Amino acid sequence: MSFLEVKDLRVHFPTDDGLVKSVDGLSFHLDRGKTLGIVGESGSGKSVTSLSIMGLHKAGTARISGEIFLDGQELVGATPDEVRALRGKRMAMIFQDPLSAMHPFYTVGHQIIEAYRVHNQVSKQVARKHAIEMLDRVGIPQPDRRVDAYPHQFSGGMRQRAMIAMALSCDPDLLIADEPTTALDVTVQAQILDLIRDLQREFNSAVIIITHDLGVVAELADDIQVMYAGRAIEYGTAEDIFDRPQHPYTWGLLGSMPRIDQERTERLIPIKGTPPSLINVPSGCAFHPRCNYASLTGGASESEVPELLDIGDGHRVACHLTAEQRRKSWETDIKPKL
Amino acid sequence: MIAYIIRRLLAAAGTLFVVSVLTFGIFYMFPRLAGATPETLASRYVGRSATAETVKATANALGFYDPVTVQYWHWAKGIFVGADYNLGTGVEHCPAPCLGYSFISRTPVWPDLLDRFPVTLSLAIGASVLWLAGGLAVGVLSALRRGTVLDRTAMMVALAGVSMPIFWTGLMALSFFSYRWGLFPGGGSYVAFTENPIRWAYALMLPWITLAFLFSAQYARLTRAGMLETMNEDFIRTARAKGLVERDVVVKHGLRAALTPILTIFGLDFGLLIGGAVLTENVFSLNGLGKYAVIGISDQDMPKIMGVTLVAAFFIVLSNLVVDLLYAFVDPRVRLK
Repeated sequence: MSFLEVKDLRVHFPTDDGLVKSVDGLSFHLDRGKTLGIVGESGSGKSVTSLSIMGLHKAGTARISGEIFLDGQELVGATPDEVRALRGKRMAMIFQDPLSAMHPFYTVGHQIIEAYRVHNQVSKQVARKHAIEMLDRVGIPQPDRRVDAYPHQFSGGMRQRAMIAMALSCDPDLLIADEPTTALDVTVQAQILDLIRDLQREFNSAVIIITHDLGVVAELADDIQVMYAGRAIEYGTAEDIFDRPQHPYTWGLLGSMPRIDQERTERLIPIKGTPPSLINVPSGCAFHPRCNYASLTGGASESEVPELLDIGDGHRVACHLTAEQRRKSWETDIKPKL
Repeated sequence: MIAYIIRRLLAAAGTLFVVSVLTFGIFYMFPRLAGATPETLASRYVGRSATAETVKATANALGFYDPVTVQYWHWAKGIFVGADYNLGTGVEHCPAPCLGYSFISRTPVWPDLLDRFPVTLSLAIGASVLWLAGGLAVGVLSALRRGTVLDRTAMMVALAGVSMPIFWTGLMALSFFSYRWGLFPGGGSYVAFTENPIRWAYALMLPWITLAFLFSAQYARLTRAGMLETMNEDFIRTARAKGLVERDVVVKHGLRAALTPILTIFGLDFGLLIGGAVLTENVFSLNGLGKYAVIGISDQDMPKIMGVTLVAAFFIVLSNLVVDLLYAFVDPRVRLK
């Protein structure tokens, strides 16, 4: 079994307007030392998945079914206390906006010390030394002074580094980074991604990076999972996804991404339509209303939900198009334009 | 930080100055608007057998013919260096700080205020401890159990508490707990803290509870609203993500953040209470500043009323200042500007 195993995860939210199916049958796995990038639009279920792993859904608001195994321990059926004991210690999360994610009234040092002392019975002095070490490790200059500074006194990039320091203070085996660079300048983004990669190598942790930015996963991810409407529609190595994408949605994502390294004389190709309602998910393949090739499947896209099938070497795709249809569309329509 | 404190101190001093001008202006203006002249004002202080000359002389001695700015100056100066009032029957000396001289009771106002201040302070402190403890606890619990029976009941009781006038709750409390069931001493049984702390608390328990019932209702609602908002913040999710127990998340992260606006309101309420616990002091016959104001009003004794007004204003300004400084202490984001 892999270090992290997610099996048929479903997360539904009952609301006044209906049942919101944020995640509807997700399965993946991740080993230590590897990075999984989860990519998708807003509402695709990426963040909900990570919150489910961490057990951070508000009690009573979510109906979670399926299984999540962290190093063999099942999390969905575990008691809240059992999951809480793991949070921070074996799995940690960093969030998109470090300014709002850190408490404004406590110093950064205090918050790191707090994170450390939840899981380690040490004195405040020992914890403080550890906090300074962590700040140093994430590249914050003058850590012995910055440890007593408040979050609002840091710049955006430094703040995110401090949050990473806080998340990693107990050496967790799994780090989930939910849009860690979205709120940062592009130049700072690269530094943060480098930092995450270096720390992963040092701690040999498993990293899940959640983002809508394909550029970020190209940098960092070993494997990429593309999500749409609560399901995984393509899964493969970074090479598979960027060089040999198979799903029309992935083509759409790549086509709508501006590239600085290639000369593009044609317009970007947006994906037509709007993200689907998660209460009334389209029948069959959830992407079919927006897919340019749905007509080629002879009605299967509207009626049957495509399974995530392996098409070779662990590269999986959930699509009714035949391999031949995909190859042809890729060669003629998509690849020339990328 | 020091600059912030100095700025706030200067602002407070400025406010007090404006308050003193306004207070004096009001008490100068209103009798004249009602048709009083310097003679009619002076005649109140000289007794029935006074002649017109005596009245005029008294009016002159008391400065009633002076322009308002001069009168203000004399009065304001008296606050710092004391004043002498020449009443024809003798010179009454009003030592500094002279907040006014009551011609009706023939005593300076300040010593009376000083005597009564501990009573009002005792009332305010005791009640505020009770209402903070009760209001915050109920508010937090209601927020955490939002929508449940506990929440709805608590908020209904809170609404009732806020809606019932305090002279009614006070009288009801006295009637039942004191006179009918003899659980607490009745009105007018104040004992100073320095004399007997136990009896002091025992005698004040009923007014404390009555006052606290009113205020804790407001604070429960405030705390509930603040907590509901704060518990949705991102840093609460981060606190949980670190593995903190829920109690620490709620108190150390949630309540701590929600408390700051409540602190501001508490400062205002406490300051207002010092000068304004009129109804409570009356119902429970406590000889505090509020009662003094009532005496001044029923006797139409202006210096008394002015004195209480100034003291009340002073405490409101002071409590505002303290709250501002505390706010900077509590919320580090405020300090650097």
